[in-house]
Amino acid sequence: MKVLELKDVSKIFYTKTQETQAVSHLSFDVNDGEFVAIIGPSGCGKTTILSLVCKLLAPTSGTVTISGDDRVGYMLQRDQLFEWRTIEKNVYLGLEIMRKLTPENKAYACELLKKYGLWEFRKHYPSELSGGMRQRAALIRTLATNPDLLLLDEPFSALDFQTRLEVCDDVYAIIRKEQKTALLVTHDISEAISLADRIIVLTPRPATVLAIHEPKLDAPSPLKRRESPDFSKQFELLHKYLHGEKI
Amino acid sequence: MKNTFTREHLTYLRGLRTRKILIHIAQAGVLVLILGFWELAAQLGWIDSFITSSPSRVWKTLVELIRNGTLWHHMGVSTLETLAGFAIGTVLGYVVAVILWWNTFLKDVFEPYIVVLNSLPKIALGPIIIIWAGTGKASIITMAVLISVVITTITILNGFLATDKEKALLLRSMGANRLQIFTKLVAPANVPTLMATLKINVGMAWIGSIMGEYLVSKEGLGYLLVYGSQVFRLDLVMTCTVVLCALAGVMYALVALLEKIVIKRY
Repeated sequence: MKVLELKDVSKIFYTKTQETQAVSHLSFDVNDGEFVAIIGPSGCGKTTILSLVCKLLAPTSGTVTISGDDRVGYMLQRDQLFEWRTIEKNVYLGLEIMRKLTPENKAYACELLKKYGLWEFRKHYPSELSGGMRQRAALIRTLATNPDLLLLDEPFSALDFQTRLEVCDDVYAIIRKEQKTALLVTHDISEAISLADRIIVLTPRPATVLAIHEPKLDAPSPLKRRESPDFSKQFELLHKYLHGEKI
Repeated sequence: MKNTFTREHLTYLRGLRTRKILIHIAQAGVLVLILGFWELAAQLGWIDSFITSSPSRVWKTLVELIRNGTLWHHMGVSTLETLAGFAIGTVLGYVVAVILWWNTFLKDVFEPYIVVLNSLPKIALGPIIIIWAGTGKASIITMAVLISVVITTITILNGFLATDKEKALLLRSMGANRLQIFTKLVAPANVPTLMATLKINVGMAWIGSIMGEYLVSKEGLGYLLVYGSQVFRLDLVMTCTVVLCALAGVMYALVALLEKIVIKRY
């Protein structure tokens, strides 16, 4: 089943001096339970695509369709936890905004906190948590509204390398366990290979699909995938794509 | 964590404490030195205490003013006017900032007006205020409001506009409307801005009320100051100045205390 479908989507931005085509005739879809990564050269319009998917921007032409009730959870580069709210209150934020802070939904959020080891920290403030735990709290905040589709906008880029590998494993495990569909945008090729079932390679701006690649690495976690012998070969392949060499 | 400090750490902490105590002693010392020199110069006739007054004469005047009750009356009047100007100016300035944040069209329209109003010396409006609001308390409070309101709007609005765009994006992706973005993000994120504005406004409101009293009033510390200078009673002028310093200091300390309590999480 398709959770997300983009059909021939284009997006043009206008400024005083020029118009910029950010996305051009872009079509792809994401199936239920799939983890899809989008990679592309920096400034190619990756974030624009996410904004189009969560309807913060309207496409200039083409259609964006999300199955079900349009429930999308957006996870940004930094955790964006609100410093004046406890972890628990941060996790409730999405539910508050959607006016769905019912006892059942609260219970679900609490269950997530328990399951992923943040229950003891629920009364703590974000500044009292490590970077990895903060990112996990941000993920639970995203999951608390029970979205059909998770959008991840370089969610690990603000972390140092060591933490990034750990958090990447952590987030991957949680998303798999909760059987969520995810769409990740990143400029980090190794991150895309270690996480995704399918990788969509974009052209430089205006972004459109250059190639679709399936890593097919049989390993249980991103860290294990990085250790797989095939990993560096795939890295080279995608690297060539990104740098415009014809295969 | 308690009682586990190393000896070096304890030495370091002692050093910090000693420094703090020394600063307090020096601060008190400066005051004592000024007062002492002032008194000495007056006693020895180096300066004419009819023009400069002296600490002992200020003290005598203060005791006298307290005894006959005039001080409390004038202090009360000025403090009330200042508090009213402070409260109205802050609330009004905040509300205007919210409106201008909400509607960027209005913000762009009113920007030049606010810039002009901010640069305008509000005392220039004195004659107009007297004619419109009369020669009573209303004029004085209006002056205090005028002086604090524009700077409040500017400071708060800048704080609102500088709120983290990424956090706003997050809220919008959750489907938040403008009211929710304000109540969940912009208002709480700007509590520190509000506290900074309150601190500024303590000073602004006092300037406004004393200036207002210079212009129109028949009571209050500003009136007492003007009266004292007109009848050449410098003891009275100096005493009022000292009392004003103390009042403004206390009010600032209260706001600073409020800030300390409120700001922990922001």
